[in-house]
Amino acid sequence: MSAPKNPLCSFVSSSIGRKLIVAITGLAFVLFLAGHLTGNLLIFAGEDAFNEYAYFLHHFLHGAGVWVARLGLLVCLVLHVWFTILLTKENKSARPKYAHQATVQAPKSSRIMIWSGLTILAFIIYHILHFTARVGNDYNGDRYQTTLKTGEDAHNAWLMVIDGFSWWPAALFYVIAMTLLCSHLSHGLASIFQTLGLRTKKTAPLINLTAKAYTLVIFLGFISIPIAIYLFGFGCSCK
Amino acid sequence: MSFLNLTLKVWRQENSTSSGRIETYEAKEIPTSASFLEMIDIVNERLIKDGEEPIHFDHDCREGICGMCSMTINGIPHSKERGITTCQLHMRKFKDGETIWIEPFRANAFPIIKDLVTDRTAFDRIIASGGYISVRTGSAPDAHAIPIPKADADAAFDAAACIGCGACVAACKNASAMLFVSAKASHLNHLPQGAVEKDQRVLGMVRQMDAEGFGNCTNQYECEAVCPKEISADHIAKLNRDYLAASAREATS
Repeated sequence: MSAPKNPLCSFVSSSIGRKLIVAITGLAFVLFLAGHLTGNLLIFAGEDAFNEYAYFLHHFLHGAGVWVARLGLLVCLVLHVWFTILLTKENKSARPKYAHQATVQAPKSSRIMIWSGLTILAFIIYHILHFTARVGNDYNGDRYQTTLKTGEDAHNAWLMVIDGFSWWPAALFYVIAMTLLCSHLSHGLASIFQTLGLRTKKTAPLINLTAKAYTLVIFLGFISIPIAIYLFGFGCSCK
Repeated sequence: MSFLNLTLKVWRQENSTSSGRIETYEAKEIPTSASFLEMIDIVNERLIKDGEEPIHFDHDCREGICGMCSMTINGIPHSKERGITTCQLHMRKFKDGETIWIEPFRANAFPIIKDLVTDRTAFDRIIASGGYISVRTGSAPDAHAIPIPKADADAAFDAAACIGCGACVAACKNASAMLFVSAKASHLNHLPQGAVEKDQRVLGMVRQMDAEGFGNCTNQYECEAVCPKEISADHIAKLNRDYLAASAREATS
């Protein structure tokens, strides 16, 4: 029972401490998803509503707001990915394999967390290149300049999304990534409560139900956009 | 009495440094009333008679309370039957002609001594890092001398049922010892006698657990599914909570 020299160091190097970092950063993403989805769904409210929202995001706090959020999310992402890779490597090397493998109750989603996670990471990179950095496309061109009702010149984000998902590989990759995100969330979200020590036999059913319901809302909400655009031609008549 | 003829796929390993392999054995005319360990006894008697090396396995009480029988049966510690140790498993649970895979509990923190015998002294070192109460015990006190709320007494008792067999580690894909450590910490932390040293205990035991090379818990709850004493993963949540609180108090003290 000896006390170490630096409590913070020993906390971050402990199994529970590192799991806590993964849980807290994961929680940040869970909350971010709700905000991101709410904004995205404005696409169904029409071109003006969506573009005004995009304009607001980019000019919030004189344009600093979006960078504060990006920086915060980047820190969370780096910590989440770094510590999960570290933990996974340790976990893989902690046990030799059985000749006859068996599982009693661990759901599939909990066993592919690292793979669903890495796919989501790949998706995030693609997603940022696609709609934020706009690399390899013409989304900064003249076609995407518009004027808001308030008179400001703005980027036509609405048209960019419609065009983006009218190309089938983008729509398909988006749906695949959201499916894996759904798998990742279904285990990760309930796990946050266990790691923070909030789960008990009494609260477990409620936590599991809430996690599943939240995951379903996130999944259906996000895939509704590429599906509406690509399969049902939402927005194409306005081109 | 009915009999079974079975095929056994058993892990054989000379010692901790040699590499092991799966060997196939025929288990003939096994009574359905035999326990799983008695089945291995029968096979071993034949092996000894034939001048072969018997299958080494750990066992002691053979009544489900010592936690020595450290083997996985078809990939699951103490078999797929819930709430039992290997010695409490009976051969009537198997079908005639079945193939059974028997392997030692696998974790780098549990080195194999021989065949199915594993070294689980890592658990002893975790206990020595905080799984005790440092007071003179003397004779047993009167049961009602210290009032303890019923819910706490029940939770402590449930946790105290842990026999330290290591099935939780063997079932965990990460070889995490969180269920064992949380049960041992929870048992004492729930009681007024143990609560005094709660922070030191939690920090000490978790640090020793990490030092022994057990993996990290990923909340799959395979451990509670195979625990012969059906200890709940709620204790893991409590350990997480207690560890966070203890770390915060340590940092601010």
